[in-house]
Amino acid sequence: MIYLNLFIGFMEVGLLSFGGAYAAIPLIKEVVMAYGWMDDEMLAYMIAISESTPGPIMVNMPTYVGSEKAGMLGALIATAAVVLPAFIIILLIMVVLNKFIQNRFVKAALGGLKACIIGIILVTGLSMMIKNCGLAFNDRPDIISLGLTCVFSLVYFGSRIIVKKRMHPILLICLSAFAGIVVYSL
Amino acid sequence: MFILFELFITFAKIGMFTFGGGYAMISLIENTCVENKKWITHDEMMTITVIAESTPGPIAINCATYVGYKRGKLLGAIAATIGMVVPSFFIIFFISRIFDHFLENIYVVNALKGIKIAVGILIVDAAIKMIQKMKKTALQIGMVSLAVISMILIKYFAFNISSMVLLMVFAIIGLSVFAIENRIYGEDTKE
Repeated sequence: MIYLNLFIGFMEVGLLSFGGAYAAIPLIKEVVMAYGWMDDEMLAYMIAISESTPGPIMVNMPTYVGSEKAGMLGALIATAAVVLPAFIIILLIMVVLNKFIQNRFVKAALGGLKACIIGIILVTGLSMMIKNCGLAFNDRPDIISLGLTCVFSLVYFGSRIIVKKRMHPILLICLSAFAGIVVYSL
Repeated sequence: MFILFELFITFAKIGMFTFGGGYAMISLIENTCVENKKWITHDEMMTITVIAESTPGPIAINCATYVGYKRGKLLGAIAATIGMVVPSFFIIFFISRIFDHFLENIYVVNALKGIKIAVGILIVDAAIKMIQKMKKTALQIGMVSLAVISMILIKYFAFNISSMVLLMVFAIIGLSVFAIENRIYGEDTKE
């Protein structure tokens, strides 16, 4: 039964995907292939769509697969299945966390983890910017993207120094989408 | 009742503008939940990021559940999590049902290319803010530098280590530093 399979398949993904969307993509491929829901080409298209629409990539993929295979109800079931494990795990952690957050050992471990997460996020962001501008190894520099990156970095970070007010991230995203349409279409 | 509605709307807005995975969303959550609404502190935001990264599931869902539960217990967690999922659910549903050539449209492709640039900036911004607000002891700076170097090695020099392993190593480093400090402190008091 397709609904049950969607539920079990994507719950498995939700339970096993440690470390964000890019860890989940191979897992989702495996599940989709195992049940024979999509061929290679559809799978690649589904991943591309999920990456380029808003929302968590790991949630978008099950929604797409569910909707393709079993309509609205399928989409609902697949989405709920991938979300439920994370939802329940966080609730459990929060119930326990209040007791342990003041514990010296937990605090010490968290100290190391926080330093690590700063490194992960900083390098992920910088390497994304480098890749956007075509400055990564074996890439051709992309002058237009480099220009846009400089302009938006100046505007976004500069607004904080000059006007003392942060530009809203949503405004930045809207402006960049608009600029993308204008500049790249020329 | 109002708080449930507010949680739902707030996270629907965040879900609507989250592109390119969980890290870009950190800036959005920081801006909305920490600075504007003061629902959680910056330090809590860091803790939840760490927890999200080391538990399975989408980081966005982990964050929504955490903030929702904090503001409105179980119902709050449900409202925030559903809010996070709803916009993309309908967008994906319509794309999969109606548009066959969504990604072949040149304007869509160009808009996405522009958005990618914003996403890179937002991720770097999240990291900068974390660096600004951390305690700048030699130890902290050393640990962050070590994390940055490890990540560069992993990303660019084909060291195949998952971020889970890296996090585990740093939890152990945190604990060891604590143990060593404790020992020094213990010896000091003896003298």
